[in-house]
Amino acid sequence: MSEGLLLEVENLHAYIGSPRGVVKAVDGVSFTLGRGEALGIVGESGSGKSVMARAVMGLMPPRSGRTGTLRFDGRDLLGLGRKQLEQIWGTQIAMVFQDPGRSLSPVVRVERQLTEGMRRHLGVSKSEASSRALRLLNEVGVPDPERRLRAYPHELSGGMRQRVMIAVALACEPELLIADEPTTALDVTIQRQVLDLLRRIQRERRMSLMLISHDLHVVAGQTDRVAVMYAGRMAETGASRTVFDHPRHRYSNALLAATPSIEHVRHASLNVIPGALPSPTDPPEGCRFAARCTAATVECTTTQPPMAPIGIDHEVACFHPVHEKEGELVGR
Amino acid sequence: MCASNTGQAAVLRSALRKIGYAALVVLVVTFGVSLMLSLAPGSVAETILGENATPENVALLNKELGYDRPFIVQYLDWLSHAVRGDLGVSPITHLPVTEAILQRLPVTLELAVLALVLSLVIAVPLAIVSAARAGSALDRGISAATSVFLSVPAFVAGPVLIYFFAVQLRVFPALGWVPIEDGLGANLAAAFLPALAAALVEIAAFHRVLRADLIGTLREDFVAAARAKGLSPSYVMFRHAFRPSSFSLLTISALSLARLIGGTIIVETLFVLPGIGQLIANAVLQRDVVTVQGVVAFIAVTFVVVNMIVDVSYGLIDPRLRRAPAARKIARGRSRTVKPVQKKELTA
Ligand SMILES: Nc1ncnc2c1ncn2[C@@H]1O[C@H](COP(=O)(O)OP(=O)(O)O)[C@@H](O)[C@H]1O
Ligand SMILES: [Mg+2]
Repeated sequence: MSEGLLLEVENLHAYIGSPRGVVKAVDGVSFTLGRGEALGIVGESGSGKSVMARAVMGLMPPRSGRTGTLRFDGRDLLGLGRKQLEQIWGTQIAMVFQDPGRSLSPVVRVERQLTEGMRRHLGVSKSEASSRALRLLNEVGVPDPERRLRAYPHELSGGMRQRVMIAVALACEPELLIADEPTTALDVTIQRQVLDLLRRIQRERRMSLMLISHDLHVVAGQTDRVAVMYAGRMAETGASRTVFDHPRHRYSNALLAATPSIEHVRHASLNVIPGALPSPTDPPEGCRFAARCTAATVECTTTQPPMAPIGIDHEVACFHPVHEKEGELVGR
Repeated sequence: MCASNTGQAAVLRSALRKIGYAALVVLVVTFGVSLMLSLAPGSVAETILGENATPENVALLNKELGYDRPFIVQYLDWLSHAVRGDLGVSPITHLPVTEAILQRLPVTLELAVLALVLSLVIAVPLAIVSAARAGSALDRGISAATSVFLSVPAFVAGPVLIYFFAVQLRVFPALGWVPIEDGLGANLAAAFLPALAAALVEIAAFHRVLRADLIGTLREDFVAAARAKGLSPSYVMFRHAFRPSSFSLLTISALSLARLIGGTIIVETLFVLPGIGQLIANAVLQRDVVTVQGVVAFIAVTFVVVNMIVDVSYGLIDPRLRRAPAARKIARGRSRTVKPVQKKELTA
């Protein structure tokens, strides 16, 4: 089965130094991602999804550190130097960011943003790069691509910008695409289109996709498996359908209850669960969700529940998981 | 897209507003300075007649020069000539002020441009290194070194430079000016030390401003996105980060240039250079009101013209600011984040 795995993450920690102390943004996360598989990462805002994505990439902010194991295609990513990482970025792992209004260079034409990676990694000529750029824009559904190549990002709509950003990420045919909340900054009507585009491309190119969102609904329909993240840790992983239909962690359950569906809610609003995320600099012992959990016992506040199988391709880190029947009652 | 009539009208309207605003600035400055000069004790007549002049003679000469008239009449008279380029004749040198300024302008202009270029050539690479290694020992060292330059005034830096380069090393002349007609090499050699003395003060400000803006830009998603393509940090720095970070630098270097053109009095006096600074320094000492007024008007015009040029050049740096006059306000008010300007979008 190991040949089928593209990314193996084991006990990953990613800490960031800040004036308030060391932020333990990712604090012991393990998961795997198969070749050609789409994995969703879900969790409310601040649970460490973006830091985790950047930790996998190796694009960490200054004064930060990573420990654990990070294997990509059998290679240990944590041991790589800057030059070796630059070889991997774009060609093996590429990334799409949340806000296309901020992730495209404001002063550089679309054409150069699309071609500069190809020119560097693939060594193609300028004209070859341009014609590839044109094909990419076609592939991601940008109409009138010749004109869009000459445009600056501010001359495009938000949806078009994100399509361009996706084209940029695809330029050097990566094996893994990490999309960090790729639709959160977009209009609701555009969100679906961009998600469908990502899914289509992932299938056509047999690429692996890590789709990050605060919305379990978004992720469940577009991925094969999901991992629910809370306060820097994994709460539950499993086949998307299973987790969506029968969430066993009370946090997953609450997430589903809190965000009815993509059409109605744009941003994560967890007003339904009383309380807030624990301090990222000084996280509590035991289960990090205990303070907000209705089923928490003394044990939950002292001992961290380990990730344990609870079904076929379904793991949960909880001492008192939701009963299958109970889950249906609380459901949507 | 639709470069419509309304768009052009908006550009025209904003251009007219800017010119009107600039004229107002020049008017206020010259009026204020004229008023201050008229209120100051002493008069040019006393300078001309010497210490032993009788009050009657002084009054008589003042009347002859027109200084007995009400202030507002004097100012309007001066203004009506000034707008036609006639800044009056100095009662002391008997030279037209416009001519005096034009005579000295090449010296000051060369000094100003050279000082600006020198300070940018030193400050920009330092700022880039600082920002790329923000918080490191190297960054702190550079910041400390440039602060030293800032706190050493030109009248200290000048003699030190003269001592070191002219007296000890003998690579540059200590004092005086060599016109460009007498050979570019000799001209540049004469200009180098004074330009460096004037530049040192600017370096710290340029370094600080560009460093801060670069650090802000380097935190932007588009820099991470560019890095995520596998582009090297230096490529990303120059291609993606530098331009959007250079607004404040452009603004303050323009102000520096205008200030330098206005005359670096200390540097010109120190190095005995026949520039604008020396002109105004002498005029003030001799209570030569006409010359002071003229030079002040020239400096004010220089400031507003340079400012207008800067305004236009924001668009060269950032395509979002082209053809969108209102957007320039954003550029001017902007600190570090690059805010997208909503223009007519290409929708699909
Ligand atoms: N550059 C940074 N410096 C300091 N703290 C950070 C930085 N980036 C993220 N964090 C902190 O790390 C935690 C996780 O953030 P993030 O990964 O952005 O969450 P998510 O993407 O799930 O919304 C938060 O507490 C956030 O404040
Ligand atoms: Mg995030």
